[in-house]
Amino acid sequence: MSAVMITRKVRKWEKLPGKNTFCCDGRVMMARQKGVFYLTLFLIVGTCALFFAFECPYLAVHLSPTIPVFAALLFLFVLAMLLRTSFSDPGVLPRALPEEASFIEMEIEAANGNVPAGQRPPPRIRNVEINNQIVKLKYCYTCKIFRPPRASHCSICDNCVDRFDHHCPWVGNCVGKRNYRYFYLFTLSLSLLTIYIFTFNIVHVVMRSVDNGFLNTLKETPGTVLEVLVCFFTLWSVVGLTGFHTYLISLNQTTNEDIKGSWSGKNRVQNPYSHKNMIKNCCEVLCGPTYPSVLDRRGLMQLSPVSEFSANDTDASPCSSSTDSSNSSKTLPSTKRAILCLHKPRPPPIRNNPTSDDLKASITDTAHTSPAHSQAEESSAAKTPPLATPETDAEASVAKSH
Amino acid sequence: MKPTNNILRHSASLANKVFIQRDYSEGTTCKFQTKFPIELESRIERTLFEDTVKTLNNFYAEAEKIGGQSYLEGCLACTTAYLIFLCIETRYEKVLKKIANYIQEQNEKIYAPRGLVITDPIERGMRVIEISIYEDRGSCGSSSGSSSVSGSTAR
Repeated sequence: MSAVMITRKVRKWEKLPGKNTFCCDGRVMMARQKGVFYLTLFLIVGTCALFFAFECPYLAVHLSPTIPVFAALLFLFVLAMLLRTSFSDPGVLPRALPEEASFIEMEIEAANGNVPAGQRPPPRIRNVEINNQIVKLKYCYTCKIFRPPRASHCSICDNCVDRFDHHCPWVGNCVGKRNYRYFYLFTLSLSLLTIYIFTFNIVHVVMRSVDNGFLNTLKETPGTVLEVLVCFFTLWSVVGLTGFHTYLISLNQTTNEDIKGSWSGKNRVQNPYSHKNMIKNCCEVLCGPTYPSVLDRRGLMQLSPVSEFSANDTDASPCSSSTDSSNSSKTLPSTKRAILCLHKPRPPPIRNNPTSDDLKASITDTAHTSPAHSQAEESSAAKTPPLATPETDAEASVAKSH
Repeated sequence: MKPTNNILRHSASLANKVFIQRDYSEGTTCKFQTKFPIELESRIERTLFEDTVKTLNNFYAEAEKIGGQSYLEGCLACTTAYLIFLCIETRYEKVLKKIANYIQEQNEKIYAPRGLVITDPIERGMRVIEISIYEDRGSCGSSSGSSSVSGSTAR
């Protein structure tokens, strides 16, 4: 009896857990909710289109042709930075494969020793010393890893992100290690563009009113009113945001750390990542190396939908290098695993056969009412790991008290 | 993609995996602990292992070095709105290729003859260096490589 193996190749992004959406065959990676991002795009493109249509012809003739040229360059730069921020991988950390997860569990159990029955095991925290400062690394129950320093779990995207800053709905993506500088350049260039358009709108209205009168000017260029309104409101928020991020960069802090007050100075806690020199901090954040994505989105993996099985079939290509929940069950025979791989239309979250603990956790969980601007939230009780639950672990209570 | 599958396929099966963790003592730069794991004591000499990890650490330090070249690359890229990265490789990517070649070479020369396979850390999110330990069973089970599920169920 021989097996007819029809291997189907899929890109790895199709099997990635987490709540991201992928476009262009894995080249583009965004959050699920993209509505506000489209609004951002519409506002920027729309306002600039009005500027080029109404103000630029007049200003190019009466002032200088470099005005629209510079506006166009600035507009293109803003758009490039926005798209780069929105479409790139912010620094997502892939979830631990089953062997790594069990290895970590074994280490934790070895470190805890024998916990007497009835007592909660100690919280899952690892202490590391960074530049003479003790930093606590927390365990992520969803990703089954101890988060590296400065990493945090975004509950909107359901991923751990390295050097997590915040989740920005305006760009439709998390802001983390890999795209923070593009985000900062986006806010900076958008501030400049807004100020530029606002200023030249005023100049245009003044110049034209001298010849034609104020009301006639507004009648001839109705777009001006709209542009001034948009620019006025954008100015306050974007310029403020740019200033805030400039402050953070000079101190080498993330928004997440700032909000949590991690390095606020109480208890003699100081930021161990800061070089104590503003210029050095700025250079590191803005001119540092361009980190590669550790999430292999476009790699190929084989799914083997097996139609007939031979007795000794040891599936040449199971759902390997994937964090499918089917792989986390070590006791399943390989053939059953292949069938599970075939029948899954979407990448599932990491979930195992529900135990009574898991059901209890899901009933009592209220952690996922995240607001739009959700900052670093623990992925505590919703996704339960196979070997431990946050409900039975004191760390959850410690985390919730933060 | 993994030549080590060919080296170990016919007579070996996966026995265990060891994970070398990151060393965060100097901050968030990529560096791995050089502590010698107990599981490898009977398999490989301590000095060989430490040399491998130290060389990898040096590669990563070179990739993440913040100095003249990284500033130049950053500023040049910024002026082109980072479009230049569509054409040229970043320094980090070049070093990653060197690392991949180094790991393959180490696997072929040193680790595979001892029944060990090192997985490139980039395939594990730069969190761990995964070392798979193979037992020579001498039977027909096929090695599923270092990135698949545990070998005990593969037979």
